[in-house]
Amino acid sequence: MDLILEYRSQLVTGTVMTIQLALASLVIAVAFGLLGAWAKLSGSRVARRLALGYTTIVRGIPDLVLIMLVFYGGQVTLNAIGDATGLWGYIEISQFVAGAGTIGVIFGAYFTETFRGAIMAIPRGQIEAGISCGMPRQLIFRHIIWPQMVRYALPGFTNNWLVQLKTTALVSVIGLQDLVYNAFTAGRSTGQLFTFMAAAFVIYLALTGLSDIAFRALNRHYSRGVERA
Amino acid sequence: MTGISALKVDNLHKSFGQHEVIKGVSMEAQKGDVIAILGASGSGKSTFLRCINLLETPNSGDVYLAGEKIRMKRNRHGETVPADIRQVERMRARLAMVFQGFNLWSHMTVMENVLEGPLYVQKTPKSEALEKAKALLAKVGLADRADYYPAHLSGGQQQRVAIARALAMDPDVMLFDEPTSALDPELVGEVLAVMRDLAAEGRTMLVVTHEMGFARDVSSKTVFLHKGEVCEEGAPGKLFTNPETEQFKAFLSRMN
Ligand SMILES: Nc1ncnc2c1ncn2[C@@H]1O[C@H](COP(=O)(O)OP(=O)(O)OP(=O)(O)O)[C@@H](O)[C@H]1O
Ligand SMILES: [Mg+2]
Repeated sequence: MDLILEYRSQLVTGTVMTIQLALASLVIAVAFGLLGAWAKLSGSRVARRLALGYTTIVRGIPDLVLIMLVFYGGQVTLNAIGDATGLWGYIEISQFVAGAGTIGVIFGAYFTETFRGAIMAIPRGQIEAGISCGMPRQLIFRHIIWPQMVRYALPGFTNNWLVQLKTTALVSVIGLQDLVYNAFTAGRSTGQLFTFMAAAFVIYLALTGLSDIAFRALNRHYSRGVERA
Repeated sequence: MTGISALKVDNLHKSFGQHEVIKGVSMEAQKGDVIAILGASGSGKSTFLRCINLLETPNSGDVYLAGEKIRMKRNRHGETVPADIRQVERMRARLAMVFQGFNLWSHMTVMENVLEGPLYVQKTPKSEALEKAKALLAKVGLADRADYYPAHLSGGQQQRVAIARALAMDPDVMLFDEPTSALDPELVGEVLAVMRDLAAEGRTMLVVTHEMGFARDVSSKTVFLHKGEVCEEGAPGKLFTNPETEQFKAFLSRMN
């Protein structure tokens, strides 16, 4: 216990880093997911093909491989292109950008499926009812599709988020000082690996527990009209 | 009378792929007309109605609302598409539609369903819209259900909400697509009663229905569609007592 108190600042900064990574990658993932769902449901064949390629490739490759590929390969590639074209000078991809970006893009593929399924779950007739009232497309989206899409997407969304939160632990391999990295370092230098991993365990559990509470509240809000009043 | 009809459909054609479903149907409704549209399953009744408010895009033919034509154009693939989506939206707001499956917005209360169009499409001031919505819910007998969600109502109640939602737009013409076909038999009467009231008030209505009694007693004109064409039409009194075509005779004997 004393040891943990002594190293608490490492644990706190690690936890903060983990949360920042998770949130940043969530924003990216949701943006990619919405874009992907839109593309998959769009009338354009090119858009549908691109989206299919994206989800197929990303879901078929281990997360760890993609993270290392982007971190070690991405920078080299960007700089090679920059050198060759002279369009930009030396670029350094920070560990945070590589980590959050890669995890965001990976989970965007899962969110694509979640959002696509949620939009398809909305009865077509409700959209036709909106159309036949003379509602413009964006009003139909905001008032009819979005609120119901969120409701149908929430279970999958919750699941994706929890997996994504845990996946951030992978960034310790590219040296980003997240909770796992800091706990591991502290554990090694004190020879008390078990103690610090137990601490990390408890912190992750707290984070997922808090998420669960938040999503339950959201679920209640968006289930209006579905559960018994 | 200058004779501008409330709704005029001129030589409408609609195909799905190779399959021509509507083969040149014309129809005209004067203000206050109730036109009952009859026909066997698959004869194209729904498709015809859905072409009027452009839920389906007709391949050719024109729709006029109070003399104003819905303008169409050809896109680069040679398909007919609306020339001006804003105009179509304006026209749709004046053409309310009531569906067989009600299609209420399930995440909104009854009141929110009725308020949606007036508040967000027509931009009616809130207090005015609220007054009117309350009056409409009272009219369809659901004043005490304003805060319910659709899932907690019976089919007949849901359909009456859908009618109130349609009325809230103050439509020039109302389109009904088999409004009672999804209802349990004991709930049909309450919906038909509301529709009879609307007819008596002088609402212009196109009603696709299998309720022969409603067509006979309420409609000012009955149209029988057969395989995408108008097979027989006229005053219901004459049509029901003296059907002329074999197809309509056969249809009537099947319905009775
Ligand atoms: N979206 C569509 N794509 C392809 N074919 C369609 C489509 N909608 C309707 N059809 C076909 O068009 C024909 C007419 O259908 P429609 O729904 O208009 O008939 P209906 O007279 O309303 O029948 P019902 O009494 O069963 O409602 C049918 O053969 C149907 O299969
Ligand atoms: Mg039909």
